Amino acid sequence: MKSIFSKILAKISLPFLAFALAIFSGGILIAFSDRTVLPLIGSPWKFFTAAVHSAGNAYLALFQGSIFDSNLAKNGSFLKGFYPLTESLLIAAPLILAGLSVALAFKAGLFNIGAQGQFIFGAIGASYIGFAYELPPILHVLLALITAMVFSAIWGGFVGLLKAKTGAHEVIVTIMLNYVASFFLLWLLKTKVFLRPRAINPLAPPVHDSAKLPQFLGSDIRLNIGIFLALIAAYFVWWILNRSTWGFRFRAVGANAAAARTAGISVAFVTTAVMSISGALAGLGGAVQTLGSQFELTPDVAGSFGFDAITVALLGRANPVGTVFAAILFGALRAGGLTMQANTQNPVDIVLVIQALIVLFISAPALVKYIFRLKGLKGGASVASKGWNG
Amino acid sequence: MTQVEVLGLSAPERRRKRGILAMSILSILGLLFFALLPKMNEVTTFGFVMDKEWVFLHEWAVHSKSGSLLFSTISIIAVIGAYLLFRARKTIRIATSIFSISLFMSFLCWAARGKFIPFTGLLQGGLMLSVPLIFGAMAGVVSERSGVINIAIEGQLLFGAFASGVLASLTHQKWLGLLVAPIAGVLVSLLLATFAIKFGIDQVILGFVLNVLVIGITGFLYQRLLVPYQSTWNSGSGLTPIAIPILSKIPLVGPILFEQTIIVYLMYLIVTTINIALFKSKWGLRMRAVGEHPTAAESVGINVNKIRFRNVVLGGAIAGLGGAYFTLGAVGTFSRQMTAGAGFIALAALIFGKWSPMGAVAAALIFGFASNVESVLSIIGTPIPSEFMLMVPYVATVIAVSGIVGRVRAPAADGIPYKRGDSH
Repeated sequence: MKSIFSKILAKISLPFLAFALAIFSGGILIAFSDRTVLPLIGSPWKFFTAAVHSAGNAYLALFQGSIFDSNLAKNGSFLKGFYPLTESLLIAAPLILAGLSVALAFKAGLFNIGAQGQFIFGAIGASYIGFAYELPPILHVLLALITAMVFSAIWGGFVGLLKAKTGAHEVIVTIMLNYVASFFLLWLLKTKVFLRPRAINPLAPPVHDSAKLPQFLGSDIRLNIGIFLALIAAYFVWWILNRSTWGFRFRAVGANAAAARTAGISVAFVTTAVMSISGALAGLGGAVQTLGSQFELTPDVAGSFGFDAITVALLGRANPVGTVFAAILFGALRAGGLTMQANTQNPVDIVLVIQALIVLFISAPALVKYIFRLKGLKGGASVASKGWNG
Repeated sequence: MTQVEVLGLSAPERRRKRGILAMSILSILGLLFFALLPKMNEVTTFGFVMDKEWVFLHEWAVHSKSGSLLFSTISIIAVIGAYLLFRARKTIRIATSIFSISLFMSFLCWAARGKFIPFTGLLQGGLMLSVPLIFGAMAGVVSERSGVINIAIEGQLLFGAFASGVLASLTHQKWLGLLVAPIAGVLVSLLLATFAIKFGIDQVILGFVLNVLVIGITGFLYQRLLVPYQSTWNSGSGLTPIAIPILSKIPLVGPILFEQTIIVYLMYLIVTTINIALFKSKWGLRMRAVGEHPTAAESVGINVNKIRFRNVVLGGAIAGLGGAYFTLGAVGTFSRQMTAGAGFIALAALIFGKWSPMGAVAAALIFGFASNVESVLSIIGTPIPSEFMLMVPYVATVIAVSGIVGRVRAPAADGIPYKRGDSH
């Protein structure tokens, strides 16, 4: 028993310390940009309490916006206080899916920066089926999700195929294709098929009610079955990687492509397959976002999901379970960040800073060890470095 | 790589042949769709005068169909020329340039039929959009040629823009803003260098995270300080252009190249220096050595990581200075995420230009020009959706890295951390 406990502790201590450091650094930024704090620098104690007060208030608002709000609990039942948590999970669902997309590719030695573009294609597919057809409820949702996955699997698989056939580096190709996808979406939304009648800005018609993901906590709470889809996908990725022959091949290619080739594994096939599945996962994220909370296709449907997905996968150390928790954490930061912005005038951008710092600290265990004077902290880069030509 | 060689052609020759095939298809399509098929009876007018330069030609009005036909024919002749040169095993670069320019002119005659095109303005706007791309690409060259991938160009540009705008506004001294911009870029690149070289972290991940960090910090401070206290924090003004006597009077190119702010002149200096130094100096030779074969460099007593560290920091300074172009080079004020992906287009230019300084400059100019043509055409109205024209740099880069026509290759050790004793 003790060994399991210490194993878990070893696994989570680095992320936890990285999180603490990031929150601390973010707090410094908040305090120092507060115009009421800085003039007190002459008297250290006053300055210190004001700084703690400023950062504390911001983080309290962050907590209230992401997990539990006692004001909501006072008015109704205690459980109602957890409404912010359901909002965090609502944001987390597409983030989990997009994060899994990046994580799976990592395990096969591919750096999928293209989750953004794949997310967009998923959103396009889901939105089109959602508004253009009228179908019975469950069938409609299923068809929309499948279309989204097919679209994005093709878009993602193309990158894998290109890498397999020509050696084009997936990082370069996916960075470029993200822009192509954004412009394609912008153009598509201006075409007759997608432009909502009488709309001035590029905007698709709303999806039919039958295509919306069902909510399961009553009509007041927006959380929907998307979160379960995300958890199922996480299990699926875990199963593929750890229990299937395919996953073994994926990991073999990721660990050492040359050795895998010698062992008779088709690296070209694996690359294409991994990128297709990755694409489908990110596309499913786009579908969950479109059918679960946005309900209409807009030019910035993907927001920063595709890029947050990378930080999520890195924080989750490219492991499905870790990715789920990382996505929930980042979902909470995002939901709370909005409340923080409204209540304390601290812009939501602080969340980006915290996210970036977490990942920076996570990927440099040596630094965290140095700061906390720790020995034997488990960790290290979960992804091996390789060059443009590799 | 291991395929049987067809007709005794080497791999690069086969790619060049495919390139010529692609060019011939494009030129025939151009002839069909820009000249032969459309029914045009209007006139396309090109304007060549901008300002006070000596006038050589005011404007040129051409019947759209004949103009398009003329340029399409030239492009076809250029393709034939390219093929003949290829057969004679000579370089086809000049023929390719003539081909692209004439095809583009043919496109303009068609797209702007019945309209007026300010040709000088087109070039000038193109250069304006290219300047930050060139700075970014140069930052990429010095960093990646020494073996460290620099995806943080975007962050370095953005931080340079932020720091220069804010400091110039706070102190009312533009030169202080100009001075702090490279320092801001260096701060970002110090993080990149420390984590990549000291800790050996994956450089793509690192660059990516640094971009997010800079976008977050500048966005936060912008909303927190620059918006509410605009009069002190964000009220700088742009640098005034300096016209170089005589040179700025040259028809067509004079006002474009020689009536610019000091930032652009610094850019000329940086590009020239890097291009010469990379291939002709000890510094350049060592940089290329540690980027291509660090073990060999180490064996002759070169400190690989020291050289890499210095180059990454230098790259940061260059990109940071380029960032000042967004603020001081324009109206002087900073706005949220004002670099808008320029760092990534610069990365594309670097790759498209095969990691060589002049190649990257050429690619940056083409990309800047393409996006300016897009904006000009979308103002005067054009049959092509602007989104497709905006895709050009990105699609071109994908085609370049996939080696369908031509092929790009990164420095061999680019992105691989060097540890003494490792053999690569």
